[in-house]
Amino acid sequence: MLSFNLLVGIALSYVAILFVVAFLAERRAERGRDGWLRSPLIYTLSLSVYCTGWTFYGAVGYAARSGLEYLVIYLGPTLILVGWWALLRKLVRVGRTQRITSIADLISSRFGKSNTLGVIVTVIAVVATTPYIALQLQSVTLSVSVFAAQGWGEAELQATAFWVAVGLALFTILFGTRNLDVNERHHGVVMAIALEAVVKLFALLAVGVFVVWQVADGPADVLARIDASSQAEWQIGPGRWAGLIFLSAAAVLCLPRMFHVMVVENSDERHLATASWAFPLYLGAMSLFVLPIAVIGLDVMPEGSNPDLFVLTLPLHLGAEGLAFFSFLGGLSSATSMVIVASIALSIMVSNHIVMPIWLSSTGDRASMSGDVRRIVILSRRVSIAVVLSLGWLYFQLSGARESLASIGLISFAGSAQILPPLLAGLFWRGATRIGAGAGLGIGFAIWVYTLFLPGSGLGLPESLMTDGPAGIGWLRPQALFGIEGMDPVLHTVLWSMLFNTLAVFAGSVLSFPSPLERLQGAQVVDVFAHSDSPKGWGQGTAEAEDLLVMAQRILGSAQAHRLFEGQARLQGTAGYLPEVTPDFLHRLERELAGSVGAATAHAMIGQIQGGTSVSVEDLIAVADETAQMREYSSRLEAKSAELTLTAQKLREANEKLTALSIQKDGFLSQISHELRTPMTSIRAFSELLRDGGVPADERARFASIIQDEAVRLTRLLDDLLDLSVLENGQVTLNIAGGSLVDLIDRAMAATERQTTGLRIIRDRDAEAGCLLETDLDRLSQVFINLISNAAKYCDAAVPELRIEVNGRTIDVIDNGSGIPKPSRRIIFEKFSRLSDHAAAGGAGLGLAICREIMEKLGGSIDYLPGREGAAFRVVLPEAQALAAE
Amino acid sequence: MSQRPSIFLARDTYRRRRLRDVARVLPVAGTVLLMLPLTWSGGSGDGAQLNSTAAIYIFGAWLVLILAAAALAGPLSRPETEETGGGDG
Repeated sequence: MLSFNLLVGIALSYVAILFVVAFLAERRAERGRDGWLRSPLIYTLSLSVYCTGWTFYGAVGYAARSGLEYLVIYLGPTLILVGWWALLRKLVRVGRTQRITSIADLISSRFGKSNTLGVIVTVIAVVATTPYIALQLQSVTLSVSVFAAQGWGEAELQATAFWVAVGLALFTILFGTRNLDVNERHHGVVMAIALEAVVKLFALLAVGVFVVWQVADGPADVLARIDASSQAEWQIGPGRWAGLIFLSAAAVLCLPRMFHVMVVENSDERHLATASWAFPLYLGAMSLFVLPIAVIGLDVMPEGSNPDLFVLTLPLHLGAEGLAFFSFLGGLSSATSMVIVASIALSIMVSNHIVMPIWLSSTGDRASMSGDVRRIVILSRRVSIAVVLSLGWLYFQLSGARESLASIGLISFAGSAQILPPLLAGLFWRGATRIGAGAGLGIGFAIWVYTLFLPGSGLGLPESLMTDGPAGIGWLRPQALFGIEGMDPVLHTVLWSMLFNTLAVFAGSVLSFPSPLERLQGAQVVDVFAHSDSPKGWGQGTAEAEDLLVMAQRILGSAQAHRLFEGQARLQGTAGYLPEVTPDFLHRLERELAGSVGAATAHAMIGQIQGGTSVSVEDLIAVADETAQMREYSSRLEAKSAELTLTAQKLREANEKLTALSIQKDGFLSQISHELRTPMTSIRAFSELLRDGGVPADERARFASIIQDEAVRLTRLLDDLLDLSVLENGQVTLNIAGGSLVDLIDRAMAATERQTTGLRIIRDRDAEAGCLLETDLDRLSQVFINLISNAAKYCDAAVPELRIEVNGRTIDVIDNGSGIPKPSRRIIFEKFSRLSDHAAAGGAGLGLAICREIMEKLGGSIDYLPGREGAAFRVVLPEAQALAAE
Repeated sequence: MSQRPSIFLARDTYRRRRLRDVARVLPVAGTVLLMLPLTWSGGSGDGAQLNSTAAIYIFGAWLVLILAAAALAGPLSRPETEETGGGDG
């Protein structure tokens, strides 16, 4: 048998190699040559901190007790990794854009940088992880004891555990807190755990290959042996199978160490794509030989040996000491890598969410200006690591090495899973609030502690409480809540805690109202792919760039801080080293600081100098209700566009009318000059003839009468113009008189007799006689004169007819011509409009304009009446006249 | 010689979107595959599922998931900028 001293010696040199690897990696990274250190392969291997000593040793024990059930621990993570596109990608993106340092930081940052939530998550993480760390100490101790001389007692075991804990603390402090990296990345540690990942994988595979091909005769024989063993049949209840797969899927997201390697240490989102298949492959390889080792171990090993240690004792029993030793290194690797990463993750949480806030408030208002914050952060991390490990060791001491490994692991998983509902709600639901998240975490954690942690962790609850419930209340028994008995304890806790946790998150969120900062952060996290740039949380404030620089130096280090400030100054185009303190800059600075001390602390520190955040309404509107806003905006645009279309339509109509009018006016001007000119020319010509003399007397009389006629025509034209202008200017005096319509139309016909020679006028004299009028008869008859003479002039029928229909107070005047074309109907009542160009009309196109003016003055109306056979006009007599008619 | 334009503009973008759909469906499909054991009758007796067969099934399903994820990983992680050149329409 290997001597115990040799074992210790080789174990120590292995640890020394890890030190060297970590050290070299750190140095390489410092020189900026970290390309290889940041490959997808290293990332995938670092995820293997999921496989702890529990996996390495415990899985075989698990398989020896419950067959294939151990697979659930790997299948959950497989589903999560395979579905990276939907969930992990978002988580990693949020982690990077928000400079998240831990899962507590994520929850705190998402829910308005609330430090209370950060503290709650930190407490949950510490409580859930402590037994797990104890478990690792236990597995290392047990594996050492296998090699030790017979008769190791409790004292030796405890001593071993103690020194392992001390060694781990030293390693973690050395490489986990060497510097305060702005991105919280630890190249040395990651490299070391990647190496350990390879060692543990090959160690387990080596044992597996040894068992399958050396001890048994290949796969077929192994399958036969499985069929013949006590684990031949599938015995897993459906609830446990589904429930534990869910639990392990939740754990891979929520365990602090998994979050750390997966999100915080992630340097490139695309590494996830590789890990999506490579990590499940790794898990598959880790679990492939577990059942064969268990079955053959049960076969070969003497009755009563601990199946948790088969990986080690089986080769040892069969004389393969070298293999046993390799396997020991594998187990050591599994345990140490878990402890290292878990304690780093926990120390970040503890220092950022518990130590720093206490320190900030204890040093008063200007805390960020005094003292070296970096030193304090690093010191608090180191102390936290030591505290976490000593807690683990204490737990190990208190509980003793009596649990089977698997049960502690599941208890820890169930505790971490309490973070899942707020996490998912925070990632995918904007409405999730701080109150909801706090309520969910609180209730879930309480149920877990009461129903699983205390009863199952070896710390113990009084027996009477377990059997009768608190104060004899049966339905509150820890493992039979609400009187539901006989459920598997883990399943029982997962069911109730997840149920109430989720309910509380939902109800709390729905019933509470988020603060502006919460809404901002919520929008940024939920829509992380939409917001490439973030809104600014800081208003213009009182901070001086110099104060900020002093503070930044204390957290980021002098060189880094100067680089940041100079870069910003250059970006702003400011000369010198100090940039303007813009909200933009404050925001960026806060992000940088958050990478070192967490979002909540960074926010508080800047707040101390800057004097409080101001989230403006515009900021909120900018992100909080983008969709609603877009919708409103677009509907407003639509309304505006409809309005514009309408206006454009009106303008076009007006324009058309104006154009038409302008053409008419041009036409009228030429017409009127023509009209004026023609009589003037004849008058001039004939008056010249008369002046020159030598004209016979009869000719002279004819000339004089021509001159007279032309002068009358001129006068009529000028009268018309004058009439219209008088009517339009409203300087009209009406001579109201009584009369009947029939007389009025008779008068109009008489006045137009000369023009209407070819026109047949059809009238209903009885109806007209019944229509009594009380108005300015002269003006009204002018209307009819114009209508009748228009019909005489423009009716283009072969046998022109004009019908005058009287119906109460409306009088329709209709001819049998072709009517007025539709486009022209709008302008016929305008001045100077004359539809046909032929001058035969002998008018100036003022007739209808005058009619309309008259009717308006009299209080009635005249309109074109569409839909009749010819041109039809409807004259509506004003009310007074109509009354008079009755 | 004129080539008939494709009906779809931006064929690549379209393919990529569907690829993302596949990536979203994959975990669901995986869950269905892995929940199949829920139907196996437990306990001892003649009708019970043998662990050897069960192990082969589960590891087989596992391998299918790994291969599917590996096939998707490359195209999915290609940078977005490559897809901006639309189709040849």
